[in-house]
Amino acid sequence: MVKPLIRDYGSPGRKGYSLPELDIPAGELSDYLDQSLIREKPAGLPEVSEVDVVRHFTGLSQMNYGVDSGIYPLGSCTMKYNPKINEDIARLEKLSQLHPYQEEEQVQGSLELLYELKEYLAEISGMDQVSLQPASGSHGELTGLMIIKKYFAERGEQRTKVIVPDSAHGTNPASAAMAGFQVVEIESNQKGMIDLAALRAAVDQEVAALMLTNPNTLGIFEKDILEIAEIVHQAGGLLYYDGANMNAIMGYVRPGDMNFDVLHFNLHKTFSTPHGGGGPGAGPVGVKEFLSPYLPVPVLSKDQARYYWDYNRPLSLGKVHAFYGNYGVMLKAYAYIRALGASGLKEATEHAVLNANYMKARLKDQFELPYQENSLHEFVLSGIRQKEKGVSTLNIAKRLLDYQQYAPTIYFPLVVKEALMIEPTETENIKTLDKFVETMKNISREIEEKPQLVKNAPHHTPVRKLDDVAAARNPDLRW
Amino acid sequence: MDYISNTEREKEVMLKTIGIEQIEELFSAIPERVVLDRPLNIPTGLSELELLRVTKEKANRNKSLEELVSFLGAGVYDHYIPSIVDHLISRAEFYTAYTPYQAELSQGTLQAIYEYQSMICELTGMELANASLLDGGSATGEAVLMAGRISRKKKIILSKGVHPAYRAVARTYGSHQGLEFKEIELVDTLTDLAALKNELDEQTAAVVLQYPNFFGSIELMDEIKGLVSAGSEILLVVVANPLALGLLTPPGDFAADIVVGEGQSLGNTISYGGPYLGYMATRKKYVRHLPGRIVGATSDLEGKRGYVMTLQTREQHIRREKATSNICTNQALNALIATIYLSTLGKEGIREVAGQSLAKAHYLAERIKQLPGFKIINPGNYFHEFLLTAPCPVLDLKKELYRKGIIAGLDISRFDYRQEGLLVCVTEKRTKKELEMYLSALEVIN
Repeated sequence: MVKPLIRDYGSPGRKGYSLPELDIPAGELSDYLDQSLIREKPAGLPEVSEVDVVRHFTGLSQMNYGVDSGIYPLGSCTMKYNPKINEDIARLEKLSQLHPYQEEEQVQGSLELLYELKEYLAEISGMDQVSLQPASGSHGELTGLMIIKKYFAERGEQRTKVIVPDSAHGTNPASAAMAGFQVVEIESNQKGMIDLAALRAAVDQEVAALMLTNPNTLGIFEKDILEIAEIVHQAGGLLYYDGANMNAIMGYVRPGDMNFDVLHFNLHKTFSTPHGGGGPGAGPVGVKEFLSPYLPVPVLSKDQARYYWDYNRPLSLGKVHAFYGNYGVMLKAYAYIRALGASGLKEATEHAVLNANYMKARLKDQFELPYQENSLHEFVLSGIRQKEKGVSTLNIAKRLLDYQQYAPTIYFPLVVKEALMIEPTETENIKTLDKFVETMKNISREIEEKPQLVKNAPHHTPVRKLDDVAAARNPDLRW
Repeated sequence: MDYISNTEREKEVMLKTIGIEQIEELFSAIPERVVLDRPLNIPTGLSELELLRVTKEKANRNKSLEELVSFLGAGVYDHYIPSIVDHLISRAEFYTAYTPYQAELSQGTLQAIYEYQSMICELTGMELANASLLDGGSATGEAVLMAGRISRKKKIILSKGVHPAYRAVARTYGSHQGLEFKEIELVDTLTDLAALKNELDEQTAAVVLQYPNFFGSIELMDEIKGLVSAGSEILLVVVANPLALGLLTPPGDFAADIVVGEGQSLGNTISYGGPYLGYMATRKKYVRHLPGRIVGATSDLEGKRGYVMTLQTREQHIRREKATSNICTNQALNALIATIYLSTLGKEGIREVAGQSLAKAHYLAERIKQLPGFKIINPGNYFHEFLLTAPCPVLDLKKELYRKGIIAGLDISRFDYRQEGLLVCVTEKRTKKELEMYLSALEVIN
């Protein structure tokens, strides 16, 4: 069944909204505005009733799948359960009904909460200062790189390049380019890690930073990290930590102690705030003390017991968000950190890693495991054996949907052919993991016995396999 | 409370399957030299009940808008949000989903974005829109970058009628791509068009204006259209409040090339500055330059209509350093809020909300004008916001009104304007009684 568009329910004059009668004497619009400024035709919005809206969007939600529907093993996305209490807290009237330009005196409770959140994040990451302003992971990357750029500019150093490993998230090179750097990509070694020789060859006087995810996108911990840091630092460059995989290390190791200089967090990954079908997230940035003058303005500060926004930061890179970032998301991350506490955070990491390794152990015979190194919270399989039988990783992903389970991240990292990147997270239990494993094994059998079934998947989703090529060739982007 | 559901016994089974004895062994790749040898210095975990107590204690030290009568606007507007908005976005299939990478199991999110894009086009009078950007500031930043890419020129003319925070973000974004910004002063609350005209030259990539502008004033769009299109290569970027576009002539009619803005006014909670949503709309011919995700309609194996993320060769996960932007996570749930809000308001509702806000703002302004010593600075047309000057220091006025539970408006002395004053906003939520309260408070000051 094709779902109609919301405007298709419409009927001229139908309404879903009522306002109090205007209680002041009011004239015609033309009494207030020049005729040329008044819209001639009303905007083509739907004319529907409240019930229509409720049914339409309820219907749409039923064509969707979230963490609350089942396992969501998207590698690098850390789709853990989102506690409901956090939603309630973010909706507390006295926390949410605040205008960003209210006087600081009226919002001291919230400022204290944010200040504590900064301190927790600094402690978890081993950094000295944190800015909550960036609104997403890649926004955090951009901000971090701008901090690095500003630092070198202040020192009068011309450093124009940023090194990115070939296994990096696409946002890394894109953020580096947006911050005005030239991207130098280096190849990973056979173990899926940074090739120290390649790194040594790449660093020079023009390199501003190396961007690194640790554990990397293969889930493998870069055990040479101190040496990597030394190579970069000795050449005068800085080390940037992509926090996408921080769920693998909480309480075990801190990026600051690994000698990273700048990092971003993904509150919507590690700290359990829901991803909203694509956002909002939040991407706070942490830095070592020597970089703190360059953080975006305003900086949340404390004077005795009073919290305030400090705009007097002459070396700041400026602003990256109109206000203070995605505050509502921060409230949820704060609640999450307080609920878990120090030992809970460490346990979350332990179970995330346990779950991933358990799945890996159960799947590695059926699927190619391209990198044998120990992995942490996620692992990457390759579908090349299945591909030889004419079934691609994309087909496998689509077939998973038929079993009402979301697919892993596919075709990433780019260093693995037919990649399936699996991150179960700590909130799944052995039953759910077993079910997923069995499903994968089933699909593997199906590929042997009836490959067409898998190639034509999905069969049981609200729509069958969609034609991406046609969508791009003849863009239909609006009604 | 840790939300882990494996039991100790299950943990043992799993360790055995992996072939190890202790969970710590899984972390053996981490060199000992960097392993943290102490517990994190974070308070002990809390039960739900304790967590509620802790957060409520903090919340109670805030003064929320529910306890005050607020006339604050400045880009963040306190409109009434129909009850169904929060009910519908609380459907867990929406808010606990990730970016719709697997389209066949994400049709809800994808169709909602398609509807969102359509409604943004309807409001702005543009041909296409993306799936959202991070906020009004970053959208303005992305717009100037996009104008730079299209024109291959470096000079951005930025009216000071554009929100000071958006200008700040645009300068941050632009400075790393070598863009040069020339800001145009205001005459009263309107962009100085003579100064604007003087700045237009061969190097100009774009002119950026806000509609209605930071002070609520509506710029002389017809004249601006004439000026900008005279140098036909120059792009016109309009930063617009989408709610106001329910009433006002859409920027598409004034030959805008890129329309961006803050979508908070479309049903999003005020939430101390975020999460909101940046929106962006443009013309078809610029689609390859557009940042961010776009959803398109297509058909499935059986010819049935469905939706996918499309034109992705602009994006970071494919183009990496050559992408049009680094944006990945956007503000999808906030865009869903806007979609539900606009569906609920509909054709008439949006005119009513915008119209009532405007009428009430004008009523208050007209009454204030009659008070000796008070002035409204806005010449000509303005929407639901205006700049007020008082016979006393703004600070005193604010304090006096706050004593009566009123947030009088925003003191603009914190920004880079020559003019001083108080920026006052009135939405449909303010009642006549509250407006009278405001007026009597001013009378006392006088």
